[in-house]
Amino acid sequence: MKKVFERPKSMKKNIFHYCAGCGHSIAHRLIAEVIDELGIRGVLIGVLPAGCAVLAYNYFDVDMIEAQHGRGPATATGIKRALPDRVVFCYQGDGDLAAIGIAESFHAANRGENITVVFINNAVYGMTGGQMAPTSMLGQRTTTSPGGRKSLLDGYPIQVSEVFSLLPGTSYIERCTVNSPASILKAKKAIRKAFQCQIDGRGFSLVEILSPCPTNWKMTPIESCRWIDEVMSKTFPLGVIKDLPEIKKKGDKRHDG
Amino acid sequence: MNKVLMQGNRIIGEAAIRAGCRFYAGYPITPQNEIPEYMAERLPEVEGGVFIQSESEIAAIHMVIGASAAGVRAMTSSSSPGISLKQEGISSLAACELPAVIINMMRGGPGLGNISPSQGDYFQATRGGGHGGYRTIVLGPATVQEMADLTMDAFDLADQYRIPAMILADGMMGQMMEPVVFKEPKPRVYPESLMMRGAGEGKSKIIRGLILDPLEMEEHNWTLDRKYRVIAQSETRHEHYKTEDAELILVAYGTAARIAKGAIKRLREAGLRVGLFRPITLWPFPTNELREFAKKSENFLVFEMSTGQMLEDVRLALQGYARIGFHGRPGGVVPTPIELTNVVMHQYDRKGGVIEQYQ
Repeated sequence: MKKVFERPKSMKKNIFHYCAGCGHSIAHRLIAEVIDELGIRGVLIGVLPAGCAVLAYNYFDVDMIEAQHGRGPATATGIKRALPDRVVFCYQGDGDLAAIGIAESFHAANRGENITVVFINNAVYGMTGGQMAPTSMLGQRTTTSPGGRKSLLDGYPIQVSEVFSLLPGTSYIERCTVNSPASILKAKKAIRKAFQCQIDGRGFSLVEILSPCPTNWKMTPIESCRWIDEVMSKTFPLGVIKDLPEIKKKGDKRHDG
Repeated sequence: MNKVLMQGNRIIGEAAIRAGCRFYAGYPITPQNEIPEYMAERLPEVEGGVFIQSESEIAAIHMVIGASAAGVRAMTSSSSPGISLKQEGISSLAACELPAVIINMMRGGPGLGNISPSQGDYFQATRGGGHGGYRTIVLGPATVQEMADLTMDAFDLADQYRIPAMILADGMMGQMMEPVVFKEPKPRVYPESLMMRGAGEGKSKIIRGLILDPLEMEEHNWTLDRKYRVIAQSETRHEHYKTEDAELILVAYGTAARIAKGAIKRLREAGLRVGLFRPITLWPFPTNELREFAKKSENFLVFEMSTGQMLEDVRLALQGYARIGFHGRPGGVVPTPIELTNVVMHQYDRKGGVIEQYQ
């Protein structure tokens, strides 16, 4: 019998600890599939966040270092600059990237660090139990915005991808989701493109994934997937946000000013 | 020619590069700006040398973590307020058992404080500084020559024990110029198996500080503790100066020890038999070595540019063995040898009394 579906080689044989309907496990699998397809397992170093994905080293069979909360892009910078021929990626959540680590992320992007960031945006702090995130929707009820997020008190959901796309150091930014088979395939393509972008030496690449968190959204998995379409993607529109053409070897002064 | 006349901060940069440091990340803060400036100029001249001016002290130490994990000798430097910011990463280095060298050119505090030389960060440096209970090796140079030597040694010690090592000096040491002879660096001993460089065809590695299982976390802490005990037993260093016949022994480190030596010359001229015990390793503190001196003299005076921090380590070493006096000036005031001379003269004959300022 022909095998049509199997565990990616760069995944360990462990069962995900993630909640039912969570997007992390899908994102993990997509990354692992891309690692296999690009054949980069041996030269890859992953940098993990604080948050639900802190235990991702239990699932990825690649070299992984756990960064302090929000510091992933700084740690990744250190690794990539020390080992420029390796492929380095950062896995970050919305609190990690857009709140406590915004400076590290913003400046890594601005320096055009040749790394890839996979940004899981689920509009909530998952691991700590559903507090308001910098990407929570206006009106979204969380444990720390019990009356719903109010712009006057809490500011607005941060559109990380749009903001980063303004930085000349970024080369490829796409926002995807994983709430349907079609969107999952699209997300995989984006992740693959982001890694390829790094391999080609084009600078900072980021894939934002709108990711369901049924547990903290207090929804069923199906309702969560619908909420991404009906609410979240209105504030965070899906699609390619930035895709610079490949740097021509000679005469391109993009990084020289 | 290996002999050069250079400013302390630049010497640290040069010594680091000679010791094989190939990664530096830092953020400007006075009085240590010559270190990043020197590294910005020199590191790109060396093969594989990387200099990054980071967006913050926090980013700098986390870049160092990345480079260290990748197997490169890495360093960052700052001054007091910046070192506070780095503590998250220093705690992480300790937890993950990664080597790195951190330079602290202390300035007056607390808070933003000022930019004058101070020794107010002794507690922070020698007690770990960040959260969770750990140690860093802390070296306290008192000459520019020693800044060169100890910076090189710091890299070796950090590798040997897989621990962050700190050079604790102050603004005066950083700005001072003295002739220096660089010693030959030792070849690096650090197993490739510890470096995170991609799994290749082999097993993948994990570097982490998060250990959720309490018993596993406990065991990790005991493992670190056993390492700290080994360091405490085998890595203490000190200097003693004119202690052979000393009736009173001053205890001071770094800039304060230089001032103490000046005072001792004056006191000796006045016929007072005064010596100096100078800890070179501030952690591990040379407790047993200091206690030995209590057999020679029972009159000790701790002198620091703070309100009394190393004083506590001296008390732990000497309590019950000798009388301990204290003189200190905080806030970035640099006391003069004359001032210290007067204080010592006052205590020299007061064999019965204790003039500790802080009990």
